[in-house]
Amino acid sequence: MSNRIPLLTVAVSFAMLAAVIFWVGTRDQSAPTPAQAKTANAAPAARGDTTESATKSEDVAVSGNAASERSEPLPGAAQPGAASAADDFAPPARSEIPDDEFGAMVRKGRDIFTDTQQHADQFVGNDLQCANCHLDEGRRPDSAPLWAAWAMYPAYRGKNKHVNDFAERIQGCFRYSMNGTPPPRGDEVLVALESYAYWLASGAPVAKNLPGRGYPELEAPEQPPSFTRGKQVFADHCALCHGSDGQGQRAADGSLAFPPLWGPRSYNWGAGMHRVNTAAGFIKANMPLGAATLSDQQAWDVARFIDSQERPQDPRFTGSVSETAEQYHGEHSMYGQTVNGVVLGQNAPPSGTAAKVNQP
Amino acid sequence: MAIRKCTLSALVWLLSVSPWVQASPSDIANQGLGENIAPCSSCHGAHGEGNAAAGFPRLAGLGAPYLEAQLDAFASGARENAVMQPIASALSTDQRSAMATYYSQLSAEGAQASKGQSDNPPDTGAELAEHGRWANDIPACVQCHGPAGVGVGEHFPALAGQPAAYLEGQLRAWRNGKRPGGPMGLMASIAAKLDESDIKPVAQYFAAQSPAPAKGLDHE
Repeated sequence: MSNRIPLLTVAVSFAMLAAVIFWVGTRDQSAPTPAQAKTANAAPAARGDTTESATKSEDVAVSGNAASERSEPLPGAAQPGAASAADDFAPPARSEIPDDEFGAMVRKGRDIFTDTQQHADQFVGNDLQCANCHLDEGRRPDSAPLWAAWAMYPAYRGKNKHVNDFAERIQGCFRYSMNGTPPPRGDEVLVALESYAYWLASGAPVAKNLPGRGYPELEAPEQPPSFTRGKQVFADHCALCHGSDGQGQRAADGSLAFPPLWGPRSYNWGAGMHRVNTAAGFIKANMPLGAATLSDQQAWDVARFIDSQERPQDPRFTGSVSETAEQYHGEHSMYGQTVNGVVLGQNAPPSGTAAKVNQP
Repeated sequence: MAIRKCTLSALVWLLSVSPWVQASPSDIANQGLGENIAPCSSCHGAHGEGNAAAGFPRLAGLGAPYLEAQLDAFASGARENAVMQPIASALSTDQRSAMATYYSQLSAEGAQASKGQSDNPPDTGAELAEHGRWANDIPACVQCHGPAGVGVGEHFPALAGQPAAYLEGQLRAWRNGKRPGGPMGLMASIAAKLDESDIKPVAQYFAAQSPAPAKGLDHE
């Protein structure tokens, strides 16, 4: 017994020493780790993509029917992704933009389209780019391609109950989807975008509803779209890029990478994409980017979830949410509806942005 | 006696593991650990800048969750790599996490040394990187990895300035099932859609980009 005690004492001392070393070592290593990982995850600020929503209403325009903004089913576009058969219209290749004055304007339009913040900042009131909702620089079928839209105007639009030319149609994108101030008629921004769309439509038939136009119209889902299921779809398939808070992410250089899908820097309550059916069609055909694999039901559910979040006010706001809902919002809009105890639109950030002077 | 034996073996165990548990990430990075863990810096550089000539990637400034997922995948063998597998599996889970954090906090600016390969990347690489090939449902690389591949958030690592040989190797690894597909299997699905002839040019494009992002491109 007696000769064991010193040994034990030594052993215990070593053990305690080792434990201290262990503790210090662990502390050094782990202190920055989890904390950092968490903050970084929660932090992504916002910005980016998807919604040039008014687009879908773009389809609508043509049908000539004033009715709602509901787009008519587009022949050939019913199957997302199926729109680009070999004999379908294809816009000219990027490399074919002519090297002349007109070509310069086309390039300007393309630059505005893909980096709207940089090239048309004064008309934009959020963190979206045209190309967020019109993928592949406005070339992709089923993603409201410009080549399919251009030759469908002038057209009557139920949204504003008169015949719109293409310039006015683009102005609508700025007002609603970009939550901004429309460029005035004749402004170079508008002319450049018109030039780009016109060039993309080179050789397209006029006033013909081309396959791939707008977003596909999905069949009504088997089960009514569900916020709760949609929330899960969002977490599983969308949050990686758009953030668990839906506010998007910026790249390491500060530029917009993934767009915010709701909140003050996203599309407003007047944008086409705020309508659940429009968003569902876009999502089904195009999301997740390059791997559009959601079922119809998932697309409907997640569209319902995204479009049940607060966003900038409808620019046509009359002062009353219920009145505005009554006047401007149809069956596919969540505006004015109560979700989780809150009336959507009630706490909407103001629409639009202070008009800035256009630099020549 | 039983108690004494236990105590002694506990002591021996504690003494034997203590050098591992006490090593800081910086120690491991620069001095290695024990026999199985060579200093990370011997391949990845003193500042995590990588080694273009040898094809060892930059680690500095990449997202911690991304780096940790890679170390875990090396350890499990899901990402096949003869050099990294024994190293990653010799590290504990906590150590892998700590190393990931350590490298995520080193600045990409300090990693400039890795730039300078292939200053004239072929146009075909730029086309795919900047515009994608939507006819095959391939988005532009920069849509997820940021302009010029500067990286986006924690899950989309910077490609800018990474060694061309490394990038090429990764695209091939995804095509051959030797690297997990990443979040939502996105990279495996994209790599599968590439043509063999796409791989070199697109790797060369990103290798030629500067790893240090120019800040302030945005108006905000």
